[in-house]
Amino acid sequence: MEIFSQMLQLLFSGLTIGAIYALIAVGFVIIYNVTGILNFAQGEFAMFGALISISLVKANLPLWLAIILSIVIVAAIGAVFERTAIHTARKSSMTTLIIITIGVSIAFRGIAILIWGTQAQTLPPFTDNTPIEFLEAVLLPQNLWAIGLSIVILIVMMYFFNYTFTGKSLTACVVNPFAARLMGINPNKMSLLAVVVSAGLGALAGTVIAPISGASYDMGMMLGIKAFVAAVVGGLTNAPAAIAGAFLIGIIEAFTEGLWSSGLKDVVSFSLLLLILFIKPEGLFAKASGKRV
Amino acid sequence: MLKIENLHTYHGHLHVLEGIDFELLEGELLSIVGSNGAGKSTLLGTLAGVYSPSEGKIEFKGLDITKDGVQKTVANGICLVPERRQIFSSLTVKDNLMLGAYHRYSKDKKTVHRDYEEIVELFPRLKQMLNRPGGLLSGGEQQMVAIGRGLMANPKVLMLDEPSLGLAPLIVKDIMNILRRLCDERGVTIILVEQNVKAALKVADRACVLAHGKMAISGTAQELLNDPKIQEAYFGKPQTKSKDGIQV
Repeated sequence: MEIFSQMLQLLFSGLTIGAIYALIAVGFVIIYNVTGILNFAQGEFAMFGALISISLVKANLPLWLAIILSIVIVAAIGAVFERTAIHTARKSSMTTLIIITIGVSIAFRGIAILIWGTQAQTLPPFTDNTPIEFLEAVLLPQNLWAIGLSIVILIVMMYFFNYTFTGKSLTACVVNPFAARLMGINPNKMSLLAVVVSAGLGALAGTVIAPISGASYDMGMMLGIKAFVAAVVGGLTNAPAAIAGAFLIGIIEAFTEGLWSSGLKDVVSFSLLLLILFIKPEGLFAKASGKRV
Repeated sequence: MLKIENLHTYHGHLHVLEGIDFELLEGELLSIVGSNGAGKSTLLGTLAGVYSPSEGKIEFKGLDITKDGVQKTVANGICLVPERRQIFSSLTVKDNLMLGAYHRYSKDKKTVHRDYEEIVELFPRLKQMLNRPGGLLSGGEQQMVAIGRGLMANPKVLMLDEPSLGLAPLIVKDIMNILRRLCDERGVTIILVEQNVKAALKVADRACVLAHGKMAISGTAQELLNDPKIQEAYFGKPQTKSKDGIQV
């Protein structure tokens, strides 16, 4: 029974961290699909979301309002980032654009040090954080928030892409940018929308994880890289697959940390990334194409 | 309706269109034929706003639209159905058609939905497959989706780039009949670029031959069908030596 409860405990931890990776990974996928760019500044949106909400709470704003405001502010930061860094360099090569996003992520961390310093800070949990016992495993309500929110976001994203005209227009840009352009769909507008939505998702991820593991200027880097691993494992082109990839990475990390060594969890994640890139570069959950030839 | 004067377009250093002039009347079907590399697709792309001409003028209903980009050109009422159909393969037939009305959807959803019903009636074959992903349709069905999607933009001028490409002769006949009906019954003005010269001239009111980026021959479709140079170049009937650079 003890082993079972330990496994369950590790599974909960894995699902929680997987949920955070999922929110950021979906942002990766949306930006990659619409603009063709791997945005390595994606994790920094989570960092901004966490630190801005902490500052707003310190300024005596209610927690819920601080979270909403921080998401809005980070979405605005995303819009400025898209217009200044991505839009202006949109005709450059993919390598140049990737380097630009890496440069922006370094700049974002520098700005964060100037504003918030290097000390880690914490955000209060969304609700009362009294541990809940479930089959002898202990679960914190904030973990449930993380898992629940990522499921809600998955449903919202699926609804957005499958049932709204704007979502379908975004999909059209991904599937066939040339034809989308001929229909009058503005790819620049879609690129802006993609980055704004992704920045908002990143900010949400940051506010969810801040009560669990704290927030600091450098938290975005590892979150972003792990979310990238999750997106690649999932296939980079479809959001539900990226979410599945994120939960898989989260669970593998939790079990590695719990049963083996915490120092090895990153090794295992990145080894999995390499393995996927070597063996199945299209991702574990890539769907067979329905294209006729 | 559409007047093109001295149109020049480059792809990098390559001078593709070398001074094109023609005028299109409302409700007519103009076929443009020519060999590979003659500049047919570039001409349509330039008229659609995809490529920016280096020189010349495009006038639509008296307005200079030479520098309008794609989005504005579609809103003006000129829509291009591209070569190889280019439908959105993972989206359903219905979504493909609705996205054709992107530029006017938010302004008038009611009219868009009414037009959608009309388009579906125009292509009864698509009725059974409205919820099927576009990528799973046959070539002919995809072409119908592509034309329907173009019509959803509510264009005054519909341009089609090689709609018969890769299709069976019977399907090509159906497509050409649909284009003729669009002109006659709905008053849509059509520019048809084709390699299938016979089919293109049969359905057209007027036609022209594009060779090396220039208009080599133009006239009524019947005149071109009877032109010995066209017969020699396209239908394998050697009569006189072609001097206009027309190549098969």
